[in-house]
Amino acid sequence: MAALPLNQLAKTIRSKNAGVNKITFDIIFRDKASYERVKRSGAITREAMARLYAIPSERISDFVEYDPGLAIKFTVYRLQPSGSAGDGDIFGAQQYAPLLDLPIP
Amino acid sequence: MQSLKIICPNGHLGFAPLRPESFQLGLNARPDYIAADSGSDDVGPVPLGSDTSTSPKAWQRQDLEYMLLASRRLGVPMMIGSAGDTGSNSRVDLYVAMIKDIARQHGLAPFKLGSFYSEVPRERVRLALRAGQKVAGLDGYADLTESELDATDRIVAMAGVHPYVALLQQGADVIIGGRSSDAAIFAAPALHHGFAADQAYYLGKVLECASFCAEPYGGKETVMGEITANDVRVTAMHPDQRCTVASVSGHAMYERSNPYEEFFAGGKLDMTHCHYEQLDEKTTRVTGSRFLPDAQVRVKLEGAGKVGERYVGLCGIRDPYTVAHVDQVIGWAREQVRQRFGDSGYQLHYNVYGRNGVMGDLEPLKDKPGHELCVFVQGVAPTAEMAEEVAMIGLRQMFYARLPDVKGTAGSVAFPLDEVLHASPAYRWTLNHTLAVTDPMELFDTHLVTVGA
Repeated sequence: MAALPLNQLAKTIRSKNAGVNKITFDIIFRDKASYERVKRSGAITREAMARLYAIPSERISDFVEYDPGLAIKFTVYRLQPSGSAGDGDIFGAQQYAPLLDLPIP
Repeated sequence: MQSLKIICPNGHLGFAPLRPESFQLGLNARPDYIAADSGSDDVGPVPLGSDTSTSPKAWQRQDLEYMLLASRRLGVPMMIGSAGDTGSNSRVDLYVAMIKDIARQHGLAPFKLGSFYSEVPRERVRLALRAGQKVAGLDGYADLTESELDATDRIVAMAGVHPYVALLQQGADVIIGGRSSDAAIFAAPALHHGFAADQAYYLGKVLECASFCAEPYGGKETVMGEITANDVRVTAMHPDQRCTVASVSGHAMYERSNPYEEFFAGGKLDMTHCHYEQLDEKTTRVTGSRFLPDAQVRVKLEGAGKVGERYVGLCGIRDPYTVAHVDQVIGWAREQVRQRFGDSGYQLHYNVYGRNGVMGDLEPLKDKPGHELCVFVQGVAPTAEMAEEVAMIGLRQMFYARLPDVKGTAGSVAFPLDEVLHASPAYRWTLNHTLAVTDPMELFDTHLVTVGA
């Protein structure tokens, strides 16, 4: 199968605060086939996300394949709690962009 | 009672106004309760620390008015949690005053208005620390120390269902709550009417954000939840929205690192074995949720502490050479601030938009800046005068940055405004912890008055 960017396979790709010290990322699929394809591809794993965001994998607190929601989600510790002076994204809502073009084999 | 119906018209009352059309459709469905959460820690530590709302009063009042008039017309209770974004005492007082004012304005028949406070005095937490109790840090926070407590200006405790149930038992028709778990506002009436905690807490979980559990996406629309002895049913009220298996199960993961569990004062909702089933076009039925009570009740505490006064300013850069050397421009300005004020006792922050202003260290394209940049400068210091000077040196000295090969020697940056502006003081989240209590009501004072008598 030719590689496709994640945004052609996922219905929703988003990020948002999960409490004051973490940002959680949700990648949600419309159908089971797309979800399973991405899961099988190995393109989205704890290690791959650490590489994509250039962070140590310990900064990823949770990585979950959430079958009931046809979703993959992972959560990243902030370096400073949300809204500390200098924080450019108090809601954590614009951290997902690097996922959009992620190639899925 | 075979079933109980609750409508929720807004996932964060006040932050943006509710949509009246779907709210009216919700009322037509004859709910037993009308309830909404009004708080969030997403808004950052400034509102809690400075004891303000981030929502305009007009929007808060508009939604309270819609809900109160409907509640009194239908003769069903109205419940609001985490008043005024933070749920601090002053925000509860603000909403209580608005409710009384709306009642007077519309000449409403007498009703019982319940409220409770969630603020926790610092000394209460200090007593726990000195008694050797652990005030346990959440999500990467270290356990609380007295110095972090001293750096804190205001603390609120996150109420569970307990103060709501207590006020309902006393016959409250309207409840204005201090800081609370969003879901507790909806779980409390279900528990009050004898429904099982397994379903009651799930009902709260699914309703807390109103139409965020529906699709297609569209906030501030009313949804209705119905609880029975065996299940929870959730229905979208907007004509174009539906609660589907995907949208309802998907909501469980929203803003949470673990989509299977949710913690409350007194226990944990476990959604591992939830089963979702499409009942009709607009309704999804959920079974299999569990509530696991804790032996020891731990209450979450949120606290914010002031860092300093703050001034901000911004400038733009268009010269490609200067764009490529923006860190040296910032370095020059930082050095001028350092020469004036030394290495510590203030903060100076730069967000470089067009490079990594939004994502900071998480930005993978840090080395590919755009053809023009906007640099946002913040100075934070103990006094407003010093913060103004920190920000002003930090901004204006970018204009004088000495780059060796720059062609434009008349100024390194462009100013849309040659000034710095007084912004909100800087605060930080100091408390994100839990405290053990023997009585789950201990931190929450309830009050009940009759309005319109």
